[in-house]
Amino acid sequence: MRIELERRPRASALYAILSPFIALVLTVIAGGIMFWLLGKDPVSALYSFFVEPLLDVWSLHEIAIKAAPLILIGVGLSVCYRSNNWNIGAEGQFIMGAIAGAIVPVVFHEWHSPLVLPLMLVFGMIGGALYAAIPAFLKANMNTNEILSSLMLVYIAQLFLDWMVRGPWRSPEAYNFPVTRDFAPEAILPEILTSGRTNLGFVFAIVAAVLVWFMMRYTLKGFEISVLGQSERAGRFAGFSSRRMIWFSLLLSGALAGLAGIAEVSGNINKLQPVISPGYGFTAIIVAFLGRLNPLGIIAAGLFLALTYVGGEAVQLTLSVSDKVTRVFQGLLLFFVLSCDTLILYKIRLVFPGRAVPAAQQGAE
Amino acid sequence: MGIVEAILLTVITAATPLVLAALGELVTERAGVLNLGVEGMMIMGAVLAFAATHATGSPYLGILAGIGGGALFSLLFGFLTLTLVANQVATGLALTILGLGISGQIGEAYVGMSGTKLPQIAIPLLSDIPFVGPLLFRQDLIFYLSIALVIGVNWFLFKSRTGLKIRAIGDNHASAHALGIGVIRIRYLAVMFGGACAGLAGAQLSLVYTPQWVENMSAGRGWIALALVVFASWRPWRVLAGGYLFGAVSISQLHAQALGLGIPSQFLSALPYAATVVVLVLISHNRRTTLINTPASLGKPFVPDR
Amino acid sequence: MSVAGASAGSPLLAVRNLTKLFGTFAACNGIDLDIRPGEIHALLGENGAGKSTLVKMLFGVLAPTAGEILWLGAPVSIASPGAARRLGIGMVFQHFSLFEALTVAENIALSLPPGISLARVAEEAARLSHAYGLPLDPKAHVADLSVGERQRIEIVRALLQDPQLIILDEPTSVLTPQEADRLFETLAKLKGEGRSVLYISHRLEEVQRICDRATVLRHGKVTGACDPRQETPASLARMMVGSDVAAVSAEGTNTKGEVLLEARDLDVAARTPFAVSLKNVSLKVHGGEVLAIAGVAGNGQGELFDALSGEYPVSKGEAVLIRSRPVGSLGITARRLMGAGFVPEERHGHAAVPAMSLSDNLVLARSQSDRRAFLGGGVLGIIKSAAVHMAAKRISAAMDVRKSGEDPPAGSLSGGNLQKFIVGRELDRQPAVLIVNQPTWGVDAGAASRIRQALVDLARSGSAVLVISQDLDEIFEVATEIAVISEGRLSDAYPARALTREKIGLLMGGMHGERVPEAAHAH
Repeated sequence: MRIELERRPRASALYAILSPFIALVLTVIAGGIMFWLLGKDPVSALYSFFVEPLLDVWSLHEIAIKAAPLILIGVGLSVCYRSNNWNIGAEGQFIMGAIAGAIVPVVFHEWHSPLVLPLMLVFGMIGGALYAAIPAFLKANMNTNEILSSLMLVYIAQLFLDWMVRGPWRSPEAYNFPVTRDFAPEAILPEILTSGRTNLGFVFAIVAAVLVWFMMRYTLKGFEISVLGQSERAGRFAGFSSRRMIWFSLLLSGALAGLAGIAEVSGNINKLQPVISPGYGFTAIIVAFLGRLNPLGIIAAGLFLALTYVGGEAVQLTLSVSDKVTRVFQGLLLFFVLSCDTLILYKIRLVFPGRAVPAAQQGAE
Repeated sequence: MGIVEAILLTVITAATPLVLAALGELVTERAGVLNLGVEGMMIMGAVLAFAATHATGSPYLGILAGIGGGALFSLLFGFLTLTLVANQVATGLALTILGLGISGQIGEAYVGMSGTKLPQIAIPLLSDIPFVGPLLFRQDLIFYLSIALVIGVNWFLFKSRTGLKIRAIGDNHASAHALGIGVIRIRYLAVMFGGACAGLAGAQLSLVYTPQWVENMSAGRGWIALALVVFASWRPWRVLAGGYLFGAVSISQLHAQALGLGIPSQFLSALPYAATVVVLVLISHNRRTTLINTPASLGKPFVPDR
Repeated sequence: MSVAGASAGSPLLAVRNLTKLFGTFAACNGIDLDIRPGEIHALLGENGAGKSTLVKMLFGVLAPTAGEILWLGAPVSIASPGAARRLGIGMVFQHFSLFEALTVAENIALSLPPGISLARVAEEAARLSHAYGLPLDPKAHVADLSVGERQRIEIVRALLQDPQLIILDEPTSVLTPQEADRLFETLAKLKGEGRSVLYISHRLEEVQRICDRATVLRHGKVTGACDPRQETPASLARMMVGSDVAAVSAEGTNTKGEVLLEARDLDVAARTPFAVSLKNVSLKVHGGEVLAIAGVAGNGQGELFDALSGEYPVSKGEAVLIRSRPVGSLGITARRLMGAGFVPEERHGHAAVPAMSLSDNLVLARSQSDRRAFLGGGVLGIIKSAAVHMAAKRISAAMDVRKSGEDPPAGSLSGGNLQKFIVGRELDRQPAVLIVNQPTWGVDAGAASRIRQALVDLARSGSAVLVISQDLDEIFEVATEIAVISEGRLSDAYPARALTREKIGLLMGGMHGERVPEAAHAH
């Protein structure tokens, strides 16, 4: 049996919508098989992984808290990927945003003012954007591959954070624990609902997604992003500059990742510690693709991947399987999403040997 | 054994996985395929090599498991990018994310266990040469393999007919297809070779470098290997040289930490990553030479019409 | 060499009812064809008539959907190019199947059975290229060779297999008239040895000159088989196109206005290792003129277009002037705002984004020049889709763009229709200066004639038109002045009436520094 692709005359609108759902179904099936291999009852495992978290208020809030950074980062990455700039260092930009934003509550902890929080957020965005400016500069001016440079900077950011919380910023009151002092109340992102812990970060995520969606859908800037991503040459013909687009997309995604970083430490962790992200910057790559690089789709995708984090914690408790299943799920999901996207541009045909050769054609050879 | 010898030995141990992984990726990229999943294939090789060694007691079976695991895992990438024409960058990332996840899941059982170190094989006579002998001829199998592979790949790419086909496909897949060269088939093989080499590199990590299983123990080496291929302008001998250069950088930071120079250890640990960026900048800032060296069809999708 | 088992008259290769479907589209539909030993057989047809699909099936690159191929009377299935070569079929591709990064010998070795050393390949290639008057250096890298030399590699590569049938796909489209003459001598020699040649072309004049028989294709079907020498170009054209194609009307007169486009000593260094540098290019186009720049592909046409359009501006402002204002250092948007329009050679991925709709592709070229009509919302720059749709509709109607659906993706249009849209997109704003690179490349005859007429009409309305083209027929149809580009240098411009093909051929072959004397031409 052989698989052959036949290009569709035009992209299939049906599969553009269906493909993420097909991918979800396939992921759930593969996940069931995985649980079965681990010796668990697949049905009840999948139930506690995907359904149970949706049934109580506390988990719903946890999902919203985890979805916020995923959506914020994913929306920024969608602009990068649509314009063909492969920023995969959002994790580093997230961390640097968190550190930059934490300057106010850590260094100036005696300053109490309603300005603290807005200033933190602005610093966080600047920190993330500046860190993304490094691969942007290297790509635009030095022709350096942004995939590798942005990824290397993640490791450097992680080590830098580690040094900060063990060194200069270690709290004097923490008994040698590698953490900064706790943020003062005015440095903490307020909760938005009385029913649980969901904070303002989730609102930022939704607003960012809607704004970027509007830009992509209706404005010349959005058009420029799509054109340059599909054909740099056509973009040049249109008078667009791919170099400026490198800066625009990386600074935007860096700023959003930085905002996600400071919102996470301000709203959820309330201090800096050696590890502040369970890999949000990488998971957001999956979010961006599952959302088909559409900001509104990314909201849904971000919520779903947040569910995999919460569901992973749930099965860890109820079935005593490791939380590593979450990462496996996420990896599988990206694989299936990428596979199913083939359906949008191609018809897939299975060719069985023997039936492929028309009768008239048989003969020598 | 003198201090210089000791240091050089650690450099060799640190360089070998980089050389192996980069060499495999070099062949893949020469065929026009960009597989960013080296890190994922490497970590799969590491965990499978450790698990197989643990199960059978034989590190040699462990090596085989690492190679086979890496090659099989790369097939996943091959299926998506070659058969389904998925985006190579995104699929490579997916392979890395999935590899880190699955290896963590498999390795759960082995955390904290002590492993079996791959024994050294002394080559008669040669190993008795002073200084050079213990360095180069009293080594483990994977080191010997890495050197043999550099020589072999160099010969294969530039002297054999299949090597010529690989270079032709990497230069222009449409022309190769029109001439009747099996583009997809050869690319599958090149991807699997890359996977096997990355798996072998992973086996070196869990059987030689630090004979145990630690989650995420590849620590970015797969990405450094990708940078090495660019650094080497797709030439096997330069991969060897570059691998040893990077090995030296990462070892020097360990020694610097041991000496306690007063520099925070995090800064020293960041050195290999920073060095990678610096080297990439130096190599690629000349657009013209980059264009000449890069396989022209690298990363571009190919759908044969039948 | 002898063709065993085939007496004179019985075909070497026969094709019966050969059909190839892509989805529901029949690229070849029930084709019958005979090729006799020792003949040069022409396969005629327009772009998109199915010629390339047919020969790809004969060479094993595509698998037929139905029908059969007979070789020396026996049915065969040609599953791969290797199988075709083993039968004795050699192929010279139109868009060469060569590898730039490899040497000539390596390129040739790739189509030979394994086990032959590179040294022997080089030796054999040298011998053959000598015997057929096709000089080649086996150690040279293809990237450094001219288009004509590249074609020689392809021919030598085919000859090394000692084929009985050689297929050439549009071989002269990339050659100067003189190089083409040399190719015809080689073909005559092959014919003399008893080999057959399948010669694919849409150039009637050369088919009549060298071919013994011709098969004509239209819309994937055979519409005629004839002896081309018994036909007139008009009757052949009718078989190809199905109807008479409107000739470009030369009615009316051009009134020469002011200089609207000028280049002064334009120098551009090669941007990539594979590019050509422009040396000292000077040209002037007056309002009312069509200056055509002839030349063989790869002599700096693309680079000239890039410099004139401002896609890659140059440092010297005075090197390019539009309406007497220096624009050399300005980008394409600034030049558009001065009233210039541009049509690049490559439709997919340069002039248009294939996956985007026609109206999006309208915005592509005109977002700034028609800012007021197409954009709203101040700094937000919101695209007014209603206005854009209307303009796209207007252009499609004006240029008779045939499409499926209201606003389909550009990639779903045929080459001719998309090109009509791309040209119409510029004409719609009545540009004072229009620069077009290869206006009808790969376009069907109907669309080509319409586009050429539009260019002529635009000049007649007072605009300056610069046409860069490889097609001499086209140049003679539209040009009022002609210049020739060769290795990045541009000749002086001559009035079209004062030039012949031969003279242009001489200029194409390379002036290499020495300029044609300031001779009898007015400027």
